[in-house]
Amino acid sequence: MCAMDSDLSTYFPLQSKRVHEACGPSAFSFAFALAGQQQASVLWIREAWLSDQINPVGFGQYVDPHRLLLAKGKDQTEVLATAEESLRSGAVGVTVIELTKPIGLTAGRRLQLAAETGKSTGLCILPDGMGSNAAQTRWRCEPIFDAADSTLQRWEIIKNKSGTLTAWTVRWNAETRRIIVVSEAGERPVPQGASR
Amino acid sequence: MGFSDARAFCRDLQSHPADPVGDQKFLHTLARWAKRYCPWVGLDGADGLVMDVTGSTHLFGGEPSLLHDIHLRLKRAGLSVRSGIADTRGAAWALAHYGEGIAAQDQLLDAIGPLPVAALRLDEKSSVGLQRLGVRTIAELVALPRATVARRFGAEVLLRLDQATGEQAEEVSPLPDPPRYQVRLTLPDPIGLEADVMAGTGRLLEKLCDKLKVQEMGARVLSLILRRVDKENQEVEVRLARPLRDPLRILPLFERGVGAIDAGFGIDQLRLVATSVEPLPVQQLTHSQARNDNKLDDLISRIGNRIGLENVQRFLPADSHIPERSHVIAPAAFSEPSGSWVALRERPIQLFPPEPIVGTGPVPPRHLRWRRMSFRVERATGPERIAPEWWLSDENWRSGVRDYWKVETKQGRRLWLFYTPQNPGWFVQGQFP
Repeated sequence: MCAMDSDLSTYFPLQSKRVHEACGPSAFSFAFALAGQQQASVLWIREAWLSDQINPVGFGQYVDPHRLLLAKGKDQTEVLATAEESLRSGAVGVTVIELTKPIGLTAGRRLQLAAETGKSTGLCILPDGMGSNAAQTRWRCEPIFDAADSTLQRWEIIKNKSGTLTAWTVRWNAETRRIIVVSEAGERPVPQGASR
Repeated sequence: MGFSDARAFCRDLQSHPADPVGDQKFLHTLARWAKRYCPWVGLDGADGLVMDVTGSTHLFGGEPSLLHDIHLRLKRAGLSVRSGIADTRGAAWALAHYGEGIAAQDQLLDAIGPLPVAALRLDEKSSVGLQRLGVRTIAELVALPRATVARRFGAEVLLRLDQATGEQAEEVSPLPDPPRYQVRLTLPDPIGLEADVMAGTGRLLEKLCDKLKVQEMGARVLSLILRRVDKENQEVEVRLARPLRDPLRILPLFERGVGAIDAGFGIDQLRLVATSVEPLPVQQLTHSQARNDNKLDDLISRIGNRIGLENVQRFLPADSHIPERSHVIAPAAFSEPSGSWVALRERPIQLFPPEPIVGTGPVPPRHLRWRRMSFRVERATGPERIAPEWWLSDENWRSGVRDYWKVETKQGRRLWLFYTPQNPGWFVQGQFP
């Protein structure tokens, strides 16, 4: 159980037919890494007034920008309605939903049901400390400074409906385009992070 | 004659590539316009219109004023026009091409008699042959015995002559009306249930799609107009991400709009109009062809009807070094993914409008505060100088060239800063993964 839980591949790519959540400074790159894991299209839903943009030239190393569609809603209600349509249709593999306000249990549950019907994966990106109880897993993603590697990140599960909370240090390999888990054996005497 | 030879004769000669398709299109437009004079308008060759104005000239005050009106309007549009009115199509053609004006009734031969024989729409061989024999005008041709002409030049010449003089009838075939993509269902008793309206819409949609199929067209915007018993109209508009004529795929898109309709005392007429159509030719399906992703198009349509079709977008590459302009955002329904994405240097995945931070000098500050967070800079990579595109005026690039730095902080965040040496100041513009 412990050995299995400490393996990133149990949780990432995220479990299909469910909606997950990600927060933290690196939530965007987590979303792109997830989208890059599969060949289906990606729908990225956000509110139109947000001033920061996702930059296709930058995220091109994770996912082909041609595969990504952008939907802009007027407010959070439109964003959630669009997300529900998208998850239910199953036409896209991953639906990324940028949230600015906390969503209730009802909204979260509706997204879960839609994802189950459409057999697709949903990922809500939200500010720290928000999130609904309906989420399957919630990840906090932070970049880590490392003298040798400028892609190092720490991915931590901070909520898990079916398993324990674990953390991994990962880096991005640009040549093979995949996430590589950095062994932490040298840093800690006990390899698995069940205590986290 | 070659162009250079021609220019030797005429120094100011200008040349433009011929555009027969465009000309033909324009002629059709002109034919539609000409329906203001008479309902019977057809095309004549590649450069003419033929109009049967019988019975409609009095509306414009007689033939001369009709002709004057046509000339005036077309001249104002910048066209040079030649025209002729006669009792027969052949005589009118002759007048338009070789003379000008109106042939008075019963004096047809007087009007076209002095015109050359080529005015009879003869082929080159016959008209040259007639001229060689000394038959130069139509009047001279009429004077010849018919039997000799027929033996020498065949029946064609006589046929054309008879058509011009009116011995032989010739019809004017008008252009067909453009197809209308509109169907309607009138009900004996008003209906009000959502399921009933949807069933009615389904029937209309099938009829409309059959119509579209015959014309090889696909609907882009559909409008369902429901007339209530109190004569008030309610409209549901559906916009599609791709031209479509598949009722099963279009019908679910109406559900949301029909659900929001106020039926009042009932609806007794349904009208379905394809307000915008595009060509949708039949395509051969092959096993090697990548399967067209209908599901995604349907999703774009469905989302587009909720948040607006222009709000579902895709990224397209653009050729620019300016980070904000290295891509364009286009509506997904009206663009295809094309072009290749090239990142010559590492670029952030998030871009913000530049946010000023405190800092002096051309190297990044050791400590920086951004969005109420403080960072200690551990490593800075740069500078990468990007110059503004002077040929485009951009408010944000008024401060001159920018030196971009990738800064890695001890706290983890990797930021994209720039320094403007011509106008000293530090800004944060992006964030790396």
